Amino acid sequence: MSRHVELRDHQRELYYFQMRLAVAGAIALALFLLLFARFTYLQVVQHDYYRLLAEQNRVQIVPLVPNRGLIVDRNGVVLANNFAAYTLEIVPAQVGNIDAVIERLSEVVTITSKDRRRFQRLLEEVPDFSSIPIRTRLSDEEIARFAARQFQHPGVEINARLFRHYPLGDIASHVVGYIGRVSEADYRALEVRGTVSNYSKSDYIGKVGLEQRYERQLRGITGFEHVETDANGRAVRTLRSLLPVSGNDLLLALDARLQQVAEQVFGDFRGSMVAIEPSTGGVLALVSQPGFDPNLFVEGIDPQNWDALNNSPDHPMNNRALQGVYPPGSTFKPFMALAGLELGKRTPGFSINDRGYFQIGGSGRVFRDWKRGGHGVVNMHKAIVVSCDTYFYGLAQDLGIDAIHDFIGQFGLGSRTGIDIEGEVAGLLPSQEWKQRRFGQRWFVGDTISIGIGQGYNLTTPLQLANATAILANNGRIFRPHVVQQIQDSQTRELTTIEPQPIGHIGLKPEHLELVRDAMVDVTRPGGTAAWAGMGAKYALAGKTGTSQVIGLRGQEYDEESIQERHRDHALFIAFAPADAPKIALAILVENGGSGSATAAPMARKVIDFYLYGTLPTQTQTVPSPAGEPMEVPAEPVPDLEPMVAPDLYSGSLPDNQAEIVTGD
Amino acid sequence: MINRLFAYLGKHLDRQLLVLVSALFAIGLMTLYSASNASIERVGAQTANLLVALTMMWIAANVPLHYLSRLAFPVYLTGMVLLILVALFGEVVNGARRWLDLGLFRFQPSELMKIAVPLVLAWYFDRYEAVLKVKNFVIGGLLFLIPVLLVARQPDLGTALLITASGFYVLYLAGLSWKFLVGVFLIGSASMPFLWSMLHDYQRRRVLTLLDPTQDPLGAGYHTIQSTIALGSGGLFGKGWLNGTQSHLDFLPERQTDFIFAVFAEEFGLFGNLGLMILFGLLIARGLVIAANAPTLFTRLLAGALTLILFTYVFVNMGMVSGILPIVGVPLPLISYGGTSLVTILFSVGLLMSIHTHRRLVKT
Repeated sequence: MSRHVELRDHQRELYYFQMRLAVAGAIALALFLLLFARFTYLQVVQHDYYRLLAEQNRVQIVPLVPNRGLIVDRNGVVLANNFAAYTLEIVPAQVGNIDAVIERLSEVVTITSKDRRRFQRLLEEVPDFSSIPIRTRLSDEEIARFAARQFQHPGVEINARLFRHYPLGDIASHVVGYIGRVSEADYRALEVRGTVSNYSKSDYIGKVGLEQRYERQLRGITGFEHVETDANGRAVRTLRSLLPVSGNDLLLALDARLQQVAEQVFGDFRGSMVAIEPSTGGVLALVSQPGFDPNLFVEGIDPQNWDALNNSPDHPMNNRALQGVYPPGSTFKPFMALAGLELGKRTPGFSINDRGYFQIGGSGRVFRDWKRGGHGVVNMHKAIVVSCDTYFYGLAQDLGIDAIHDFIGQFGLGSRTGIDIEGEVAGLLPSQEWKQRRFGQRWFVGDTISIGIGQGYNLTTPLQLANATAILANNGRIFRPHVVQQIQDSQTRELTTIEPQPIGHIGLKPEHLELVRDAMVDVTRPGGTAAWAGMGAKYALAGKTGTSQVIGLRGQEYDEESIQERHRDHALFIAFAPADAPKIALAILVENGGSGSATAAPMARKVIDFYLYGTLPTQTQTVPSPAGEPMEVPAEPVPDLEPMVAPDLYSGSLPDNQAEIVTGD
Repeated sequence: MINRLFAYLGKHLDRQLLVLVSALFAIGLMTLYSASNASIERVGAQTANLLVALTMMWIAANVPLHYLSRLAFPVYLTGMVLLILVALFGEVVNGARRWLDLGLFRFQPSELMKIAVPLVLAWYFDRYEAVLKVKNFVIGGLLFLIPVLLVARQPDLGTALLITASGFYVLYLAGLSWKFLVGVFLIGSASMPFLWSMLHDYQRRRVLTLLDPTQDPLGAGYHTIQSTIALGSGGLFGKGWLNGTQSHLDFLPERQTDFIFAVFAEEFGLFGNLGLMILFGLLIARGLVIAANAPTLFTRLLAGALTLILFTYVFVNMGMVSGILPIVGVPLPLISYGGTSLVTILFSVGLLMSIHTHRRLVKT
C-alpha cells in the first residue's frame, strides 16, 4: 500500500469518525432536552401537585410485623411461640460514625463482641435506613438507663420486638425447623411468588421444616402505620394504622411427648425414627438424631455455633428421616413375601430346604444365608419369623427385578412420600430400566438375588419405610404422611382440618395380608428374631428386624467389638401395633447400631409401649445373651467378597461400584 | 520557583476541563453538605476522596500516549483476572459478589473494567486501522461481552450495562455498519412483545412499577415516588439551600449517593437543574472536541468513548431520579458521595487531558 493511499484513507476515516461523533453528540443533546422536558413537566406543570404532596409528606409509613402463628402438638404442647422483648436499635442512615456510636452506647448498656459481630453482619445485609438491633432482650434497668440519656443518642431507639421461641429446644427440631432473616435468595423467591410486599428485608422467614413449608400460613399479613414526624424525623403521633393480621396456628398430628421418648431411646446413637398413625397418615413422631437447638438461629446464629453444627461428623443439621438413604435390609422381606403371594409365585405351604446357601441355577454363584448351616425346612411364615435369606433369594429370582420394582413400588419405597416438610429425597428402588440409564449396563440375575433381602442397589429413607409399614398395617390403603393436622385461623379461630384423604389403595388378598401379619407378630414372640424385644408385651406387636451393611469385610469374621464404630452395621426395625387394629406404625434406623434385633427393636418397643399405655416396658434393659434365643447374628461374609463402599448417606447419591451383597442377616 | 513548579504540574492539564470539573465538584460538596444534614465530616471525607482522585487524574494526564496504548492490553488482562478472582473468592456484600479484599482496602474490579474496556477496544481497532473487517467487530464485541457477562453474574446489572455501553461506543465510533445498528434496533423493537411474554412475573412487575410507582409504594416504587416529589416540589427556583423538606425530613433514601440529584433539584429548582445540565453539557462538549482533534485512531476512539460514557452516567442518573428510567445503581459524576466513582471519573478526565495535551508530540 503506497503512502499516498494511506494518507487518503486517513482523511476519509477522520471524516467518518467526526461525522459519527457529531451524530452521537446530537443524540446526547436530544436526550438532554428530553430530560429537561421531564424536569419542566415535574417542576412547572405538576409543581402544585407535588408541592402539596411534599407538604403532606411529614407522614412516614412504618410496617407493623404480624404475630407469627404458633406451632402446637396434638395435645396442646407448644413447639413454637413468640415473646416480646425490648431491643436497642441503630438507624445507620441517621448516625455519622457507627463505631463511635456503638462505643458510646456500650457505656450505657452491655454490648458483647457477639452483639457487635451480629450487628456488622446485619449492617451489610439490610438497607441503611432500616433500624438494626445492636442489643436484644434489654433488662428493665438498661431500658431506664438508656431512656434517661436518649437525647444524647440521635438515630438510636428502643423498640419492642417479637422473637420466635422454641420452648422444647432440640426436641422435634427437624420437624419444626427455624426462622432466620430474609436472605437475597428468599427475597427473589418471594418476588416470584408475588408475596414480596408482605416482607421487608429485616424481617424473618421460615428456613427449614414446618416453619418453611407453612410460611404463608404462619406469617400473617403485614400492617402499616402512618406516623406524623417532626422536623427531626421523630414520630409525633400515629394518624392511621392498618393493623397486621396474625399468622395462623398449626396444630400437629405429632405427639410431643412421644417424640421426646423416641428421641431419648436413641441415647448416644445416631439415626432416625418415624411413627405414623396408619388410619390417617398423621406423623406421630419424626426423629433425626442428633438434632440441634433452633433457638440458636432466632437472632442470627453466631459463627462458632454455626461451624460446630456444620462441621460435626454427626451431621446434626441433616434430617435423616427425609434425607438419609439406607438399604432397608431384611425389613424388605414382608413386602417381598406379599409380592410372592400376590403375583402367584409362592403359596403359603410352599417350602424349601435351606442348607445355608443359595445358588443361581443350582450351580452358579453362591449366596449365603446369615445362619451357617441354614434353617432347615422353611415355608413363608417361618422365612419371615427367622428372617431366612435363602428363601427370599429364591423368591427374588423367581419374581424378577421388574416385578419386584413394580409391586413394592406401590408401597412408596424409592419415591418421595409427599410429606409436608421440604427436602425429601427419593431413594432408589432399582429396575432394569434404571440400571441401563444409570450405568449403561444390563441387569444381571445376580443383581436381583441381593435385592430380595433388601440389599444391593436398594436405598430407602426411614420415612419411606415407616410409610410402607403404615400401608401394610392399613391393609393396603395409602395416606400421604403429614405432620400438620389442622390450621387455626387467627381471626375467626376456625379450624381447618387437613382431611386424611386416601391417595391410593393396593388390592391385596386378606388371607395374604393375614399370613404376613401373623408372621410379623411371631417375629416378636419366642422363636422370632425380635423375641426379646417383644417379651411381656400386653398387645400383639407385629415387627420385622433388619440389618444393613455399611462396609463389606473380606475373609474375616464380623466381630462387632473390634470393628470401628462407624463401620458397624445399621440396625433397622419396622413395626405396627396392636397387630389386629394398628394405632401406630413405625420404622427405626440406628446408624452403626449393630443388629436390628439387639438395638433397634427394643427402642421401637419402648416407643410403642409409651404410645399405647403411656409407660415404658418393665423388663430389664440389658442386652440379652444370644444363647438359647434365636437371635439375629451378624452377617457372615464369603471369602471372595469384594469390599463394598457404603452409600453416601448425606447426599442421596448412589454407590458407583456395582456393589454386591451376597449375604444378609 | 513556585511559578515554575505550577507550570510543571499544570503542563498537561486542560484548563477548560479543570474549570468545569472544579465547578461541578463544588456544587457536589454544597449539595452533600445539605444532604448529610450539615455534616462537615461527610464533606471532609469527600474532599479526601477528591485528593486521591486528583492525583489519579494528574497521573493519567501525564502518561504519554504511546505508553497508554502499550498499557491497554495488560490493564485489560489484569482486570479480567481480577474479575475471575472475584467470581471465585469475592466478598459478598448485599447479596452481590463484587468486592475483592486486598487486605489494606477492598477493591471492585468491575470499576476498573469501565476504563479498561474502552482502552483495550481502542487499542485493538487501532492495530487494524487500515483493514476493519466484520471479523474485527466480532472480536471487539467478544472483548467487552465477556467481562460484561462476568459482571452481570455478580450480579451488578448497572455496571454491566455501563460496560456494555462503553464497548458499544467504541464499536460505533470505529465504524460499525449503520445497517447493523439499524437492524439491531429494529429486531430489538420487534421482539419486545415476545420478550415481554418470556419475562418472569416479578420482572414484569418491576417494569410496571416504573410505569406506575404507586403499585408498590414501599418497595421498588418508594425511591421513585419520593424523588419525583422532591423534584416536583422544588418548582422553578427551588426551596433554597438546606431547606429541602424531602431530604431533611428523611424521605429520600440514598440521598447522599445515587439520589443526590433529587436533593439538588429540590433546593435549586428548574433553573438550578438547567445550570447543572449546562455545566455537564460543556464538559461533554469539550470531551467531544478533544476526541475530534485527537491525533490517532486509538486516541480518537478512547476520547470519544470516555466522553460518551460520561454522558451516559449523567443521563441514566438524572433519568432514574426523575422517574423515566428504572432504578439502577449509577451515581451522578462529581456530585454523588463516594470515592470509587470519583476516582474513575477523574481518571477518565485525566486521560482526556493527556490525549489533548500530548497531541502535538505525536504529530511531529
